[in-house]
This record gives sequence, structure tokens and C-alpha cells, in this order.
Amino acid sequence: MHDKYEAVIGLEVHAQLLTESKAFCGCSTKFGNAPNTNVCPVCLGHPGVLPVLNKKVVEFTVLMGIATNCKINSRSIFARKNYFYPDLPKGYQISQYEEPICEHGFVEIELSDGSRKRIGITRIHMEEDAGKSIHDISIDTLVDVNRCGVPLIEIVSEPDMRSPEEAYLYLSKVRQIVKYLSICDGNMEEGSLRCDANISVRLKGAEKFGTKTEVKNMNSFRNVERAINYEVERQIEILEDGGQITQQTLLWNADLNEVLPMRSKEEAHDYRYFPEPDLLPVVVDENWKKEIASGLPELPDIRKKRFTEHYQIPLYDAEIITQSKGIADYYEKVTAVTSDYKAASNWIMGDVLKVINEEKIDIKDFPVSAENLGELINIINKGTISGKIAKEVFPEMLKENKSPVEIVKEKNLLQISDASELENLVLKVIGEHPSEVEQYLDGKEKVFGFFIGQIMRQTGGKANPKIVNEILRKKLGEKKIK
Amino acid sequence: MLPYTPYSEILEKIKSGEVSLVARVENFLERIEKKKHLNAFNFIFEDAIEKAREIEAKIHSGSAGKLAGMVIAVKDVLSVKDKPTTCSSNILKNFKAIYTTTAVKKLIEEDAIIIGKTNCDEFAMGSSNENSAFGPVLNPHDNTRVPGGSSGGSAVAVAAGLCDASLGTDTGGSIRQPAAFCGVLGLKPTYGRVSRYGLTAFASSFDSIGPFANTIEDIASVLEVISGHDENDSTSSRLPVPKFSEELTFPKDRSKSSENMKIGIAEEYFGEGLKAEIKDNINQIINWLKNNEFQIVPIHLPHNEYTIAAYYVLTTAEASSNLARYDGTRYGFRAPEASSLIDMYKSSRSQAFGSEVKRRIMLGTYVLSSGYYDAYYRKAQKVRRFIKEDFDKAFNEVDVILTPTSPTTAFKIDEKSSDPLQMYLSDIYTTSANLAGIPGINIPIGKDSSGLPVGMQLLANQFEEEKLLRVSAFIQNNYLRSLK
Ligand SMILES: [Zn+2]
Repeated sequence: MHDKYEAVIGLEVHAQLLTESKAFCGCSTKFGNAPNTNVCPVCLGHPGVLPVLNKKVVEFTVLMGIATNCKINSRSIFARKNYFYPDLPKGYQISQYEEPICEHGFVEIELSDGSRKRIGITRIHMEEDAGKSIHDISIDTLVDVNRCGVPLIEIVSEPDMRSPEEAYLYLSKVRQIVKYLSICDGNMEEGSLRCDANISVRLKGAEKFGTKTEVKNMNSFRNVERAINYEVERQIEILEDGGQITQQTLLWNADLNEVLPMRSKEEAHDYRYFPEPDLLPVVVDENWKKEIASGLPELPDIRKKRFTEHYQIPLYDAEIITQSKGIADYYEKVTAVTSDYKAASNWIMGDVLKVINEEKIDIKDFPVSAENLGELINIINKGTISGKIAKEVFPEMLKENKSPVEIVKEKNLLQISDASELENLVLKVIGEHPSEVEQYLDGKEKVFGFFIGQIMRQTGGKANPKIVNEILRKKLGEKKIK
Repeated sequence: MLPYTPYSEILEKIKSGEVSLVARVENFLERIEKKKHLNAFNFIFEDAIEKAREIEAKIHSGSAGKLAGMVIAVKDVLSVKDKPTTCSSNILKNFKAIYTTTAVKKLIEEDAIIIGKTNCDEFAMGSSNENSAFGPVLNPHDNTRVPGGSSGGSAVAVAAGLCDASLGTDTGGSIRQPAAFCGVLGLKPTYGRVSRYGLTAFASSFDSIGPFANTIEDIASVLEVISGHDENDSTSSRLPVPKFSEELTFPKDRSKSSENMKIGIAEEYFGEGLKAEIKDNINQIINWLKNNEFQIVPIHLPHNEYTIAAYYVLTTAEASSNLARYDGTRYGFRAPEASSLIDMYKSSRSQAFGSEVKRRIMLGTYVLSSGYYDAYYRKAQKVRRFIKEDFDKAFNEVDVILTPTSPTTAFKIDEKSSDPLQMYLSDIYTTSANLAGIPGINIPIGKDSSGLPVGMQLLANQFEEEKLLRVSAFIQNNYLRSLK
């Protein structure tokens, strides 16, 4: 019966901007400081204070607008969104309402069948964050206003998504872009990226939208997909039972795995928006726009394409490596040192990402420099060490960012490629194992591996496998003729 | 009422040792004590004597600032660090500011002495200074009458000789109307001329800080100091500030066309409701100006009849939002027995706000509500633009516009307090300047038959305060001297 229906989903994404200071005062935005220390009369909402716009907020927002193909309005205005809450010191949030700074954009997502789909962006606007109410410490509610006035952008999509999966892909794309632009760290668990969903369902082929609900409080990527899935199923069930959807705001409860309606009191807001009289209209002229656009980095889709063309690596590799700007930058630094582009992507997709994921660290904090990784690839290719030895060198590099050459020297791991030395070794091993030689001569090819293993054991794996192979084959061959 | 000595002349006497600044400040403090019944002050700064000593020494060593030793009172809506800032409201009764208003800071930097905080209508909402948690202020000319409002305390402080000058705020006439009722000069600058940082907002796009004084010289020197761009107020203008204190005279030969002032008279300002005696006084000065080679030009301000309506829609809308922060959560009054968050908000605000403030919060909340926004707020904004355009057109023809300041002289205490509409009409000639963001000044021009001061208002185009100052100085030095 689910095939009869399709979901209609729009997302509102809030991204906390990585500016040094708050949107309307000079206070630090640093996360994790002691409660109520990043404050001043302005963000505390004392009588007589006035907001002064941080220009960086405009620049970051315009950058996002350009990256998502938006029209950048040369004039936009701030508005006040009025509501009472203890963590909102002024009793209103400075936001944008009637004339936002960016409108009419889009991003593209890639569906599982490989096709691309365009998701429209209605608007992107600037606003300030509220503080944090902490309810669970005692019977009192505690308020931390450190976050008050930290700049946010709200990215509102068109209702263009037709499945929870598409919503997930869209959100991933938005996160990827804000991270590429270095305007937001994209961390949903810490709340620097937040997402609300507007969801309705309708019969496939129907033109009219169904009644929508809004789902909030989905504080992880996994929860977004799960919550939307849940809500779509819930709505379909209601319709199938002949019921009607009630327009309401729902909260995702990750513990219970279900959505629960918000209390109607909390929902009944009339925000009484009106233009913020304390701030002048924001004017972004062509020059400023150009200046901002000049700081636009290469975006992930374009970079991915370039990687497949320029480095000739498979699309799969390029996809993974360009997922994050930091990783892609790292890759390009490695390829500046080595021309074995495929080996570089193998190392990154394998050993590098494994460490990063296990240790949950940022590539910035990855202990092996790109230069050293490049060098490691080079000395493998030159035959200085074998690939096998490289797997021993790499953990040493993780411990201490030393050049692989140095480690190889220190640990005496240089590959033995000297033919006469290896020939003596081969002859010695053959001499020590006459019965295995017999077996080999009887046609048991497998025994060849036995000899290789013996030689490797005796050299601690340092023998150049290619040369050992050649010599061993030659010497055993000579036995055959005899 | 004249002549008054400009403070610059007193300063010369302090410099020469003929007058002692410390003794002068002591005198003011004694006089404030003696005139306590006027209720002009909410708080007296006892450290004024200490400051006087320091500044007197600076004066004698030649290192003192422009306003050295000038004794100034400031309205209790202006934050002064570590001093109470109550806005004459119970909701802030125990609140102390943690920073200083830019305009006040500039005065202090020029070595003025801040002597205290003056009484006013609660959050500057009112035209009679009766809406105060500290009780009403009395008019020094007749203690049964109001001093006007909302900056009543600041007007009375100057009128009763309790300081050299004072700062008030003007959102719809709150400097000019009390100046008229008390017989002093009061100037509302162009919106954006003086930083609002530190001024407790009533209606952010209307509020202006301005001076009261007894001489135009003092008005000019205080205005010169408090004006200018402030990085803490994005709406403060970056235009250069003229040396207002040097803009008080006309060039000798005023017949030169470039200096030939044109004064506009708008019939819309002389309609029904204007007290006959005020009209007579105004006509008398118009004739005098005509005889003194000013050109009197009839003009029209056709949208004038909508000013009060537009004013109350827009200012209450902004006020409803500006006053949301007084919710009992972080500072100020909190109802002690609240049972829930919503109850805390309701009880704190119901108990601590006065009835006029509550009336305006409700009105403002209403006009911004969904479904009403277009009919009220948006329409009023449109009217505001029309009113501004009326003035733009008028100032293409004339330099200044002359009007009465208020339709009546000071009225009796309690006379209008039960009739808000009558009270609102008290500002019928002053609100337009705030809607248009233009400067205006009240000049005392005489008294009515009951001995109550009569004021006239001059309006000029944005950032043309010097025109107001020049005409005011001419009237002060020639007309007012000739009266007595
Ligand atoms: Zn701050």
C-alpha cells in the first residue's frame, strides 16, 4: 500500500556560523567556556543596549548563498521575532523575515540509482541564537546565555524531497557545503547544525500537497532519517484508516523512537515580526559580493569531477576523498609529493580514514603529514621498502611524525635488493630443504611459496620479493634440468 | 525669565577665581534639597562635590574639558555605570546600570558634573510626568500643575535652577512639550545625530536624546558634545558635527539672499484645540520676525492629521517589543510567589508596570498581531513616509517651520490622567518631528494670563540644527530681551 503514496518533505536547517565573535556584540563565540562568561550588556539584553552587526556574518551567509546558487539581495533587512523565554534575554530574536539576504537557490543530490536531483532553496537568512536552558540539574531552571547572539543561518528548502532518503542526502549535501566553506563545523550532536522537517504525504500523481506536520528535535543524522521515516509511515497509516492529518508540531523522541506532539501552549506562537529598528538595512553591493565570491573554495561536486579527470582515480575514490574538504586538501598535498595518485587514494581511503574514524579526529589533527605519506608511497615504489614493510612503518609514523626514510633507517628495515646476497640466501634455503625441492620437482608448484616464506622469515620480511622470486625460480629451474 | 548667563561666562569667573565651582555645586545641592517638593530628581549623585573639587583643580591647571564644571542632570532612562537606572518604573526600581550611556560619557569626558537622575514618566511614556513610580513632578511656576512629560524632571531641574542644563529624551515631544510647560529651551536633535546607546528604548526609531537649558549658548555647547557617530549605535549618523556653539549668530548683513531665512507657517498647526492665548503669542512673534526681515511663507503639511494615529501605532509596536526584556528573569522586579514560568512573567509584569505602560504594550502587541499587521503597522509606516515627504517638500521652500509647541499651557495635575486620548493630543504638534526624524526646539516666548509659560516650536530639516540655533539665538537676544 505504501507504493500508493509519496512523501513531500521540506527541511529548515540552522547552521551555527564559525565567526570569532557574536552576531551583534564583541563577545566570543567559543564553545565550552564556563556558563555566562561570554557575555556583555548587549547580549544580556540590558536596558539601552543596541546591536551592531558583525560583517563576517554577512560574508559567511553570502558565501553560502553563492555556493547554493542563490540570488543575493543587494538590500535585506533584519526583523524581530518576538516571544518570551528565559534563554532569550531581549524577549525577541533578531532574525530576517520579509526581505532575507539570499533567495531562490538550489543544490543537487545524487540518488542511489546514480541520477541527480535538484532541491530548491527558498531562502537563506541570518539570525542570532538563543541561550540554553538547563532543566535537569535541580528543580530550578538554569540559563546559560553564552550562546545568546551566536550567529546562525537558516536554510529553508522547497518541499522538493520525496523520501526520507532524499531528505538525508539533502541534509548531507548542505552539511558538506557549509563545511567546505568553513562557515560551520556541521556537528549535529553538539547542535551547531540543527534540522526541522515539514512533512506531508499524498497519493502518487496527486498535485495538491497533503496537510503537513513539522518535526523538530532530530539531533543527529540518523535521527533525521528515522524520524522522517516514522512520521511518513504514521501519516500513511492515518490516511489508510480513513483519518485526517492534524497540522501540528511534533518532537522526535530518540529514546522512544517516536514523534510526540508539542504541548499546544508552546505551539501557539504569534511571533509578531516587524522590521528591527536598531539596525540599518544590509547592503551588499556588487563589489562586496565579488570580494566575497573570490573567497569561494572549489565546491565538492566540481572537485570530485576534477579528481577523476586530473588524477585519473575512480569515481568511487573521488567521492570518498572529496567528502570532506580537509581530506581532499590532504589528498592533494600527498599528490604533490608522489605521482602515484591511485596509491595515494588507496592509503587515504584505507589506513588514514581508518585512524580518523576510530580516533574520531579531524584530518587537521591526523599525525602523519601529507608530505610523509607521499614519501612513504615513493619509497615503496622505488623498492626501498616492500609494501609489507610499509605496513610496519606506517604505525611508527602515526606515533611520531617522522619521515619514513628516517624510520626505515632507524629500524633497519631497508629492503634487501642485492642480487648476490639474495642468491646466497636462496641457495642456502634450497640446500636446507632437499625434500621440499623434490616435491617441487615432482610438480608441486605450491612448495614455491614455502621457499619464499622461508627466505622472508630469515630476512625479517626485508627481502625484495620480486628479486627473490626471480632468483628462486631460476635456481629451482636449474635443479630440474639437472 | 531673562537674562540668563551662558555657562561659558560663569566658567570664565571660575577660571579667574571669582566663583568657586565647589561652592556652586554645593549651592545646587542645597537648592535641590530646598525644592524637593517639586520631585524633579529620582537620585542625587552625592559624589558631585568630589567631582567638583577634581574639576576645579583641572580648570585652574588649564587641563579641563569643554564643559568643565557645568552641572548637568540626566533623565533616569539614561544608563550611568554603577548608578540606579529605573526609568521611573517599579520593574527597575533596584536596578543599577553596568555601563554608561554614550551621550553621558561624552559629557563626563568634557568634565561636566552629573548631579543626578531626573524623574520622568515611566519608560518615557506620558505627557505630564504623572506616570512615575516616584510620584508626579510639579511645575515650578504653579505647583498644582504638571511640568509636561515625559522628561518633566529634566525640564523642572533647569526651570527651577537646580542645574545648568539637563538631558532628556524625546520620542514624540518629551523634551519640547515639558520645555514649553516649564519655560525653558529644549532641543530634540535629528534622529541619529546623538547616539542612543544607553538610552532605555521606548520606540527605537523615534527616540532622541537632547538638552534642556536656559540659554541657547548652553543648548549649543551641550549638543555639540553629545552629537556624533557611535560605533555602538548603527543608526547614529556619520555626518560631521558642526561646531554648534559657533553657529549662533547670523552674518552681519542678513539681506544677502543666501542668508535670508525663510520661515514656514503651516495652517494645519493652528487649528481647533489651540488655546487662543498661545495663538496670540505666536502671532505676535511671527509679526516681529516679519519686521526683522525674516520671510514668512505659508506652507502645507497635508498628512498632519494622521500623525497622532501613526505615532501611536508605530511607537507602541516598538515599545511592546522593547519592553519584553523586563520579564523578571534576569534583573529587575520578579513577583515573589509565581507558580510557573508563565505565571512569573504575568505576575511580574502586571505588578510592576504602570497602567500607561501596560496600555501601550497591549496596543503595540495588538497592532503587530497576525491578521492586524497590515491594517495597522504597515499602514502607519506608509503614513510615516508621507509625513516625511510633506516635510521634504516644505523644506525645499523654507529653512525652518514655526509652530506652537503644545496646544495648551501646563494643565492641572489629574486633569487629563483619566483620559488618555486628551493626554495624547497634548503632543499633537510635536510627534511629527519624530515621525520624520527632523530636529525641533522649544523656545519660551512669554506667559499666558495665569503666568504660565508659552512656548513656540521651530522645526528644521534633518541635520540642520544650526538653523534652529541661529533663529533661536536671534529671538533670545532680541525679542525676549525686548519683552522685559
Ligand atoms: Zn555580548
